[in-house]
Amino acid sequence: MTNLLYTDIEDALRESVRGAMERHLDPHSTTGIYDEPKPWEAKAWQSLTEELGVAGLLVPEDRGGVGAGPREAAVVLEEIGRAVAPVPYLTSSVIATQVLLELGESEHIAALAAGEATAALVLPWSARPGHWSPVQGTEPVKPVAGAVGADLLLIPVADAGGVQLHLVKAAETTVESLVSFDMTRPLAAVTPASGEVLATGDDAHRAVEAGLQAGAALLASEQYGLARSCLETTVDYVKNRIQFARPIGSFQAIKHRLADLYLEVTQAGAAARYAAATLADDDADKAVAISVAQAYCSDVAVHAAEEAVQLHGGNGMTWEYPVHLYLKRAKSSQLALGTPEKHRQDLGPLVNITT
Amino acid sequence: MSDPKTMLRQRVDELLAAYDPATVSATEFLGARFDAGLAWVHFPEGHGGLGLPQEYNEDVANWLAEAGAPEPDRSRNGIGLGMVAPTIMAIGTKEQQEKYLRPLYTCEEIWCQLFSEPGAGSDLAAVATKAVLSGDTWTVDGQKVWTSGAHHAKRAILVARTDIEVPKHAGMTYFLVDMEDPGIEVRPLRQITGEAEFNEVFLNGVKIPDADRVGETGEGWKVATTTLNNERVAIGSGADREAGHIGVLAEKWRKYPAIRSEAAYHELMHWWIEAEVTRLTGERLRQQLEVGQPGPEGSAMKLAFATQAQAITGLAIELDPDHGLLYDDWTMHRPDSTDFLGRDVGFRYLRAKGNSLEGGSSEILRNVVAERVLGLPAEQRLDKGIPFKDVPR
Ligand SMILES: Cc1cc2nc3c(=O)[nH]c(=O)nc-3n(C[C@H](O)[C@H](O)[C@H](O)COP(=O)(O)OP(=O)(O)OC[C@H]3O[C@@H](n4cnc5c(N)ncnc54)[C@H](O)[C@@H]3O)c2cc1C
Repeated sequence: MTNLLYTDIEDALRESVRGAMERHLDPHSTTGIYDEPKPWEAKAWQSLTEELGVAGLLVPEDRGGVGAGPREAAVVLEEIGRAVAPVPYLTSSVIATQVLLELGESEHIAALAAGEATAALVLPWSARPGHWSPVQGTEPVKPVAGAVGADLLLIPVADAGGVQLHLVKAAETTVESLVSFDMTRPLAAVTPASGEVLATGDDAHRAVEAGLQAGAALLASEQYGLARSCLETTVDYVKNRIQFARPIGSFQAIKHRLADLYLEVTQAGAAARYAAATLADDDADKAVAISVAQAYCSDVAVHAAEEAVQLHGGNGMTWEYPVHLYLKRAKSSQLALGTPEKHRQDLGPLVNITT
Repeated sequence: MSDPKTMLRQRVDELLAAYDPATVSATEFLGARFDAGLAWVHFPEGHGGLGLPQEYNEDVANWLAEAGAPEPDRSRNGIGLGMVAPTIMAIGTKEQQEKYLRPLYTCEEIWCQLFSEPGAGSDLAAVATKAVLSGDTWTVDGQKVWTSGAHHAKRAILVARTDIEVPKHAGMTYFLVDMEDPGIEVRPLRQITGEAEFNEVFLNGVKIPDADRVGETGEGWKVATTTLNNERVAIGSGADREAGHIGVLAEKWRKYPAIRSEAAYHELMHWWIEAEVTRLTGERLRQQLEVGQPGPEGSAMKLAFATQAQAITGLAIELDPDHGLLYDDWTMHRPDSTDFLGRDVGFRYLRAKGNSLEGGSSEILRNVVAERVLGLPAEQRLDKGIPFKDVPR
């Protein structure tokens, strides 16, 4: 069986990423993004890319990266989820990077790996592996994640041979910010445009598919990190909140809820880890692992955030407590790269269960 | 007098003839309706009613609706209409009934609820805001929180601590407060939705005449329970089929074939049935309650309502992901009404999160059902029989 644990190196990586997120982010300034939108938190992103160099984890050394892989990127994403960090790691360092990797591209990928540029794949954020259509016509594509503030846009355009993958400089088209449910991963409407054709036909299709697969596989780790953080914060809160002359966490009704949530979160961790591992090994079970992880972790993240709001009581309903940031990120991520319902549908035939 | 229905129909016709809803203002019409005893027919004469069974309210409402007459605005004065009025009617003095019910009904006076405090949410009996009597005037100091609509309310219901030497439930008193008192400061408290529907309210030397006390001194808990039972019924009830969130979602399903899928279909139908069954149960409860005050049974309805509101709005977001990923407006503002079904799906999802907290959380309501309806032994209480001042907080 695939190794589902973390190596010492990964533990060390986690610690540095967590430290960076704690240094450069605080919930109040993150909440501020809802009033004054920005593509990402510059300091946190700089720290990830320049100090820690994690934007290049998926990229081999000879192409300008660090030569690690999805397992390590998954650890970074767990920490990003934990901090609801407004950084384009999933969209640029995972999805767009994977598209370029698949194509053997080496110029732009080095810039992405070094954090000198960011890129986004231009498809609706609900697109999922095996179920997406290349862009038709001139209507803006929406809602696209990671496009606000990106330097490069990867636009899969429909043509007679199926797909043409265009690399378009952001300055050469229109990226209109949208009011997003989760402003920590702002969405945009992107007007299609032509640019350098990176690939056509099957090659182009395969590259986009690889990007979406990597995205779906690793989003699960972000969701797991978010869920775990909600659980920890809530456990802490109910230990300290006194009602009826005792901590509310001493009521069995609350204990049982949190014990159940612990179970879900733990299972989400295993599912996410397995998806990252099968991606790293290009394992034959990869497609199953991804659908399982997406179907499971998406709902666990939402459930954990919803429990956090509820168990924080009236405070959980306020703008002041950071809990709402988690709920908004979790609910949006549940829709990203395919809802659980769609992933269950995709999974059935893979394990020979159909209607 | 002939049967009440004929008499009521006649009164309604007279009201409509004297006050044409098309030409008079809503306030004037509602005032006239109150004076005609057609506001709430089960209240006594002189207080907006005619002392008739509650069931006739529906007939009156239907006839008036047919004529295009205005109803009092529940989205602005839900607390007044749903909680304060029944409490004043049941426990208030004659003077209070005379002074407060009419402007409450016409919505010239909006009410808010000064119950919860930072240290007293689920444990309402732990309120620490204190009221001290001197002569015939009370002076109140303390802080309230999560107070919906305090920014546009003219009046409030308040529970405050009037005796710290007795156990907590015995030392509370219930008051009616003028929100224009100079000792009251209302600060917006922004919500998960981006807007500030609720507030923090600071009370510094607020003066309340003893005439505005409801119930005896020390009986605040009992009065508050009357209010809360009414609140739970008010929040948990929706009269017509598809009146709530399920109706909004079903309409969308009918209109946009693109969002349909087989799996979602089963989920939609599941929640449709839940909503319908809750509607029927609520209706049955209302029929049982035709006379008298709602009891703890209403708690179960509010519980069901909250669960459904949250599940259905969550499903609505998932059904249309590319739309659910967006939000209509995060701008901070202070709305002057509350509409659970308003705005876009993202707002409704977030606002519904409050439904399992406001008016008693779902966990507390489960305790109410378990202990007060099913008669299960109560949770051991660490604060029982101890003077409030000695209770650990
Ligand atoms: C949208 C909204 C509007 C509101 N409007 C008003 C208003 O107008 N006026 C007003 O006075 N108040 C208002 N409230 C406050 C509301 O009544 C309180 O939030 C509620 O009573 C819960 O109290 P709390 O927030 O202190 O949570 P806590 O009491 O701290 O509870 C936190 C969590 O623990 C759970 N819990 C507590 N005790 C137990 C137990 N014994 N067993 C199991 N679980 C338990 C709760 O259910 C909750 O999930 C409003 C709240 C919201 C969210």
